[in-house]
Amino acid sequence: MKRTAVALLFFAVLIGLWELAVRSGRWSIVLLPSPIFVGEYIWSALLDGTLLESTWVTLKRLLVGYAAGVLVGLPLGLLTSTSRVFEDTIGALALGFQTLPSVCWVPLALVWFGQTEGAMLFVVVMGTVWSVILATDHGARNIPPIYARAARTMGSEGFHKWTRVILPASLPFLVSGMKQGWAFAWRSLMAAEIYVTILTGFGLGHLLHYGRELNAMEQVIGIMIVIVVIGLLVDRLLFSPWERFLHRRWGTNVKEA
Amino acid sequence: MEVSQPDSITATPAKLLVENVSKRFTSSRATVQALDNVSLTVAEGEFVCLIGPSGCGKSTLLDIMAGLTMPDSGRVLADGKLVQGPGRQRLVMFQESALFPWLDAFGNVMFGLKLRPDLTHAERRDIADHFLHLVGLEKFKRAHVHELSGGMKQRVALARALAPDPQVLLMDEPFAALDALTRDQLYDDIQRIWMESRKTIIFVTHNVREAVCLGDRVVLMSPSPGRISEIFEIKLSRPRDINSPDLAGYTSKVAAALKGTLKGAVFE
Repeated sequence: MKRTAVALLFFAVLIGLWELAVRSGRWSIVLLPSPIFVGEYIWSALLDGTLLESTWVTLKRLLVGYAAGVLVGLPLGLLTSTSRVFEDTIGALALGFQTLPSVCWVPLALVWFGQTEGAMLFVVVMGTVWSVILATDHGARNIPPIYARAARTMGSEGFHKWTRVILPASLPFLVSGMKQGWAFAWRSLMAAEIYVTILTGFGLGHLLHYGRELNAMEQVIGIMIVIVVIGLLVDRLLFSPWERFLHRRWGTNVKEA
Repeated sequence: MEVSQPDSITATPAKLLVENVSKRFTSSRATVQALDNVSLTVAEGEFVCLIGPSGCGKSTLLDIMAGLTMPDSGRVLADGKLVQGPGRQRLVMFQESALFPWLDAFGNVMFGLKLRPDLTHAERRDIADHFLHLVGLEKFKRAHVHELSGGMKQRVALARALAPDPQVLLMDEPFAALDALTRDQLYDDIQRIWMESRKTIIFVTHNVREAVCLGDRVVLMSPSPGRISEIFEIKLSRPRDINSPDLAGYTSKVAAALKGTLKGAVFE
């Protein structure tokens, strides 16, 4: 309760300072709109449905891209953790591409796919898959070898060993990697939506982009706030059940990998 | 008192037959002859303790019997068949419990059972319940691994190893990490379970009293290179009490011989 109160107070003070800065008149209200304006924009966008619609479009892209990134990255990460050949090839590739900011994929995506959903998906997958590979690799390498030995003596081999032993054993490490992958996917998608203008769906990134074109700073700031809130919410919804499970079973707080 | 060379064509086939097994580990700095031409015959239903100072290859020998490690030369036969890999006829219990933290106690016991396609799901559940009961943990069926004490973890590990009904149980210092009180309790339990189930047990330890208390035979190994130096027959009635004075005669004999192997190691 006390912590919530402190947090609320902090944000109230922050918004208060913002409002004071606006009232001081030093900056044009076109550049720095009042928090009240921003709040009004969010409220009206919520009422007329643009916000919900854009959020839905964005989340759909995000979930599809993230799921694809995880589906591809997970098995590749398991491969790089076991085989030296894969470690030296795919592993090195992942390490290299992970350092590449995901927005750098956008020009390539535009040339290859044009202004399409495919281009968006490509950017999100490229933003996600490398960090998932690295996280999975790290997780699988950190499993106590005794689990694999015990499983082997009980007759667990091949696919069974991977799905019933290696994967669950690396969960504490995986979850932080998946979270990181999620953050990367979210960033990539925003980059893609700002640069890829398409008619098949108007996402939050597009609202941000057009806010700038129209010099509607209350829209730009309003959407930024919405993006932050959604990022936090989905992080909670997607990962807190996992973390609760880990906490219960391992009896620890989730290990930071 | 001498290392008996097994006669492999005798009438009763040995449960486990180790024939001239050698194993060498090479690292960048040194080569260790972990096992040098080791032979051992274990009869069905026998409780054999392997004892020796660290580095004598007792755990390596256990791993080779389990099929987790392959020997450089020589071979291991289980029921007359060549051991080429791990098999559920020979289950291993490790020093650390090696229980899977993502499963509860019951789930851990079920793990090996689920790998037996010949059982129905209901049969598996019954068997798992039975063995949890046997080790006295039926009330902790749904407990998470981290909620169990060290002794309880090893009990679950024992139940997990027994449940798939292996012919041979290979135990690698399973009680070494436990406190003395818990250990004493487990000596009673393991003897009771062994007498009821008549499994063949190979038990690695570095504790002389433990070896004498549990083993029909105590196999003393000496290090560098790892060899069997002496085999003691323990002719005491069961169940044996770890604190009983009857053990003392054997204990001092084995302990003296163990000291001898240590001296040898220093001179080599």
